[in-house]
Parts: sequence; structure tokens; C-alpha cells
Amino acid sequence: MGDSRDVILARIRGALGDRPDPRPVPREYQRTRDFPSVLDLFAERVADYRAIVHRVTDPVELIRSALAGKRVAVASDAPPEWLVPEVTWLREPLTNADLDACDGVLTGCAVGIAETGTIVLDGGVAQGRRALTLLPDYHLCVVRADQVVGTVPEALARLEPTRPLTFVSGPSATSDIEMDRVEGVHGPRTLEVLIVSQ
Amino acid sequence: MGDTARNPVTWLGSPAFPTAAKTALADDQLRRNLKHATGLIRTKRAGAVAELPDWEQLRLSGEAIKDDVLANLDTYLLRFEESVAARGGTVHWARDAAEANEIVLRLAREAGADEVVKIKSMATMEIGLNEALQAGGVTPIETDLAELIVQLGNDRPSHILVPAIHRNRTEIRDIFKAAMPGTEDLTDEPVELAAAARAFLRRKFLSAKVAVSGANFGVAETGSVVVVESEGNGRMCLTLPETLITVMGIEKLVPTWQDLEVFLQLLPRSSTAERMNPYTSVWTGVTPGDGPRDFHLVLVDNGRTDTLASTVGRQALRCIRCSACLNVCPVYERTGGQAYGSVYPGPIGAILAPQLGGDMHDKHAASLPFASSLCGACFEVCPVRIDIPSVLVHLRAKAVEAKPKYSPEAIGMAAMSWVMAGPRRFRAAQRLAVAGRLLSRGGRIRGLPFPGSKWTDSRDLPAPAKESFSAWWKRTRG
Ligand code: SF4
Repeated sequence: MGDSRDVILARIRGALGDRPDPRPVPREYQRTRDFPSVLDLFAERVADYRAIVHRVTDPVELIRSALAGKRVAVASDAPPEWLVPEVTWLREPLTNADLDACDGVLTGCAVGIAETGTIVLDGGVAQGRRALTLLPDYHLCVVRADQVVGTVPEALARLEPTRPLTFVSGPSATSDIEMDRVEGVHGPRTLEVLIVSQ
Repeated sequence: MGDTARNPVTWLGSPAFPTAAKTALADDQLRRNLKHATGLIRTKRAGAVAELPDWEQLRLSGEAIKDDVLANLDTYLLRFEESVAARGGTVHWARDAAEANEIVLRLAREAGADEVVKIKSMATMEIGLNEALQAGGVTPIETDLAELIVQLGNDRPSHILVPAIHRNRTEIRDIFKAAMPGTEDLTDEPVELAAAARAFLRRKFLSAKVAVSGANFGVAETGSVVVVESEGNGRMCLTLPETLITVMGIEKLVPTWQDLEVFLQLLPRSSTAERMNPYTSVWTGVTPGDGPRDFHLVLVDNGRTDTLASTVGRQALRCIRCSACLNVCPVYERTGGQAYGSVYPGPIGAILAPQLGGDMHDKHAASLPFASSLCGACFEVCPVRIDIPSVLVHLRAKAVEAKPKYSPEAIGMAAMSWVMAGPRRFRAAQRLAVAGRLLSRGGRIRGLPFPGSKWTDSRDLPAPAKESFSAWWKRTRG
């Protein structure tokens, strides 16, 4: 095996015998853009994926009305004010079977990207491990205004690459059958987003 | 593992492109499905690309970043290996398909799996992993909806991105009904078909011990691996099983985390014509308490270093498998992917498959560079600016070298033989013009470089009167 490593590296060095000297990488693309309102754009683009979007100043009322009477998973460090008594909260540690059987999951996020309508989860505060937002059929995600950036380059600059990252752009979807977009194959079939700004 | 093993990048026993194309052209349903799908994606892609004011600048960066990776591939691979290992992953190196398959099979067995769940991956298809696992007593389960359709239908994929592009909903319903228990009342509504697949696969995800994935990108600097997908089956595979085995071509690297900002913009818009695909997963080695406990990365050469040696051909290794070139290709639209007899169909397949296979004496591989009109549409859409027409011309010359007994004229004829009727007719200028109509875009022929240029003085002929491909084919071949 170490053998194959040497062989491949030797083949590469042989193949590059002409010593190609690539020109410096041009980076003339825009790393930021002038959007009139990053939050408006984010809300609009998330909704374009047929996710349900709300703009609120305080998430608690919407959490209550969206989740009352349901069994909902949360990360162990979810903010206590989210945990309204009308909901049966399932706290980690949870098994895959628990997650498969619950009604939904409530999380925060790391970053929102306005231009692409994307939410990035990094396993940080209120997000939990990846399975938490994967197995339940419904995902309610709270996005704070200060977490939303304009572009993909701005988002990557905020993220720590060695954390497990999941970029979510709308609910799970496929276009495999005659190019018709169908929501929800394996991930959550419903994505609801609360954008919180003062 | 021998170096002599056949490279399975082309399917054994595939007829040369002209023969396969003829069969495909006779299939009306196939052509209707293809035309519908490629037409839709083309229009959508143009819209998604037009939205970004700096698209051309992104393409130029994408091209240059990948060229840097290729020019310093040894350095970046070693850096990547070190970063993956530092985060608890294990890196394996495989010279060829046989060795890569052997490694994956051994790892799956060591993890005690008799079944593995799989994410659609060109690399694992290229090395024939499914067949190898099956032969070794491990059952691979394809979890991408289209791959599942292909697998359950005992079929072959026909498009990089939409492998079941050649199947319509009624055919898919019939395939599901035959293979999934409890689906007797299934209708052909896409929503219902997707739900049936969801239920069928959920049990597999929850019980699988081992998952196998490909990779869209590997970040040399951090050791991070990126998988871009739509359905969430990728997330299932990357998250739930205890062992994850990722098979990755050695050219899939980007140097730094920041470089991804270019490709995460180029890929989704070129590929599914979306601003962003539904899910992108990034992981680095092993994260305690989240996801697999064991992560293995298999770096595969399988003809890539040979391709790298060609100063003209190496740019094919920039490919990020977005499939945009397929959707704009007039040849692909008419013949479908299966006619190429390779894992990599369409324009990129016509330059990648022969190079990875590395044997221009193989009649099938040698026919692929001729499956093109050199119209240039593929280059215009390629997010990493691969000059496919130039590589095609270069490979045609290689195919010629491999058959030295041919005169240049005869080779030129062989070159166009899949479109042209044969030596006699090929000399007739109007026949070439007919081909020109079929191969032109927007009513103009954008030049037929070699070998077409040998027979045309003008590089920009007005397109001849319209005639359907099949009518033309019948008339000139029949
Ligand atoms: S050659 Fe270019 S357009 Fe074709 S699949 Fe590769 S990256 Fe996409």
C-alpha cells in the first residue's frame, strides 16, 4: 500500500516533466455584493425553495404555534426560552430510532447566505449533531439577523472548515423523475425558517 | 491488482460509438425523454448563470485553481493526506481500479458488513465497485433515486447528473412495482414515486454499518471532503453508518478552504441550474459524537497520471462533473449517454474515457473522440473552461497514430464516419453540409475544425436546410 503511494507520486512527477508553470490564480470575482437588504433577499430566496419563512422579532410565539402538541427533538444546548411547555421536548442523547419517530426538530444555525437562500449548520450552539436535522421529517430553524451574510465567499470566511458542516438550501428535493422537482426524498420534507431581527 | 487489469472506464463489449448511436437513434421514447430533459436544464442553467454578474471571472478562477492543483498535484496530495490523517482519517492509495476495489472490499469486510449503502459517485462507477463488491459477497445499495431506478431496472446510467434521464415516470413506476414489496397501488406521480423510494431506503440507512461515497472536492489545506447533493441520501450515508469509505480521484483537490468559494458557486448553477443544491456536506476526518467513527479515504489514480502526462489532454482533469456539457451537446441530445459505452458520457466522456482507458488501439475508445461536431458549445458552458474541442482534435490524432496504416484522408473519414455515411458519400460536399446543419447551433456552423476543416474552406458556413437527424441518418446510412 505504501508502495502504491510511492508509485502514484512517482507517476505524477513523471507526468509533470514539462514543469507546467500555472499562471497566478486571478480572483476578480466579487467576494461581496451590494444588496439593498441582505435580510429581505435571504427571506425571499429561502422561500424560493418552497421553504416556509417567517420574519419575527421574538421566535417564541412562532415556536409555540408551530410545534404545540408535537414531539420535537432539540440539541442539549438549545436556549431555554425556546422550550415552551406546550411541546414535548426530546433532548439528546437520542437514538436514531427516537429521531426517526419524532415529529420534527428545532435548531439554530451558524450562517445564512442571502444570495443562495442557504442555511449552514456547523454543530455549534443549538444545532446538535448532524443526524438531528436529518432523520425528522420536519425542521424548524431559527436564524438570527446577525448570522446572515450576502454571498458564498462571505459565508465560507465565517465558517470553521474542520467542523462537520451541512449547507441546507430548501427541503430535500429530487429532479430525477422527468426533471420535475419533488420535495422531500430523504431529508426533512418540510423546512420552516424563523428569521429573527429586532 | 496488476497493472495489466482492464480499466473498466468503458463498458466491456460496448459497440463502437457509430453502432451504438444508431441503435439509440432508433429508440423514439429515449430520444423524447432526453430532448425534454436536456432542453429544460439548458434553459434553467442559462438563467442561473445570468444571475451572477461575475460568472466569467468565477470561471477564470476555477480554471486557474484547478491548473494549479494539477501542476502541483504531488504536493497537494501529500498535504491533503497529512490533514486527513491529523483528524483521524485513514488514507489509502490505489494505482488502478482493481486495487481500489480490493481496498474497499477489505474495509467493508473488516467492518463486518454484508451490505453497504452508497451515494452516487462517478469514481466508484468508473472503477466498477458495485460489481467487485457483489463478487466479494457484499451487496451495494445505491441510494440516489435515479441510481436506484437504474439499479432496480438492471439498467445502465445515461447521464452524469440524471442517470435515469432516459426513463419516464410510467417506466419508473413499473420498475418500482416489480422490485419493492407493498407497492401494488403505486401511481406514476413523481411525489408518490419519491415517497416509495424514501420508505424503501429508510430501513437500509438505519441498519447499514458501512457507507461508500465519492467526493466532489477535497481541501488540501484542511483535509475536508465535500459532497454536493440534492436528496439527502448523501447526508444519510455520510452521517449514520459507523464506517465511511470515500473513493476519490486524485485530481479532485482544491488547495485551500477559500478556493471552495469559487466552486460552490460554479457547480450548482452549472449542474442542476440552482442557486445552490439542497444539501452540501463537509467533513474533516472524524468528529467524536457526530457521524462515523471510522473514516477511510481511497485516493484513486486509474489512468489519471497518464492523462496528466499529456500537455493537451490534462485539462480534462479539471472537470468537476457538472454535466453542463452534456446538456448542450447536439450529439448527446440525439444519441443519449449509453451510446458512449462509458461511465463518462457526452463531450467530457469523449475526452476523458479514452484518456483514462489509455488504449487507443481499443476500437471503442478510439471511436469516442469522433462523437462530436466540434461545435464548441461544451467549452462555452464549462465552468472550468475545458477546451473540449481541442482535446478531441488531439485525441483524434492519437487514434490515427494508433492505426498508422491509414492515410490522412482515410483517417479523416474514419473521424466523421459516425455522422457521415461512408468513404464514397463523405467526399460529397453537400453531405458534410447536411451534417453541418445538424451540428450547428443558432443556424450557423461554428467552424468544423479538423477533420471537417479539411473539406470546408469556410469556417462559418450558413447552416443547410433542416432535416431531422433520423431521416438524415436513414437516408445517408440506410
Ligand atoms: S467538462 Fe466542464 S461542463 Fe463538462 S462535466 Fe466537466 S466541468 Fe462540467
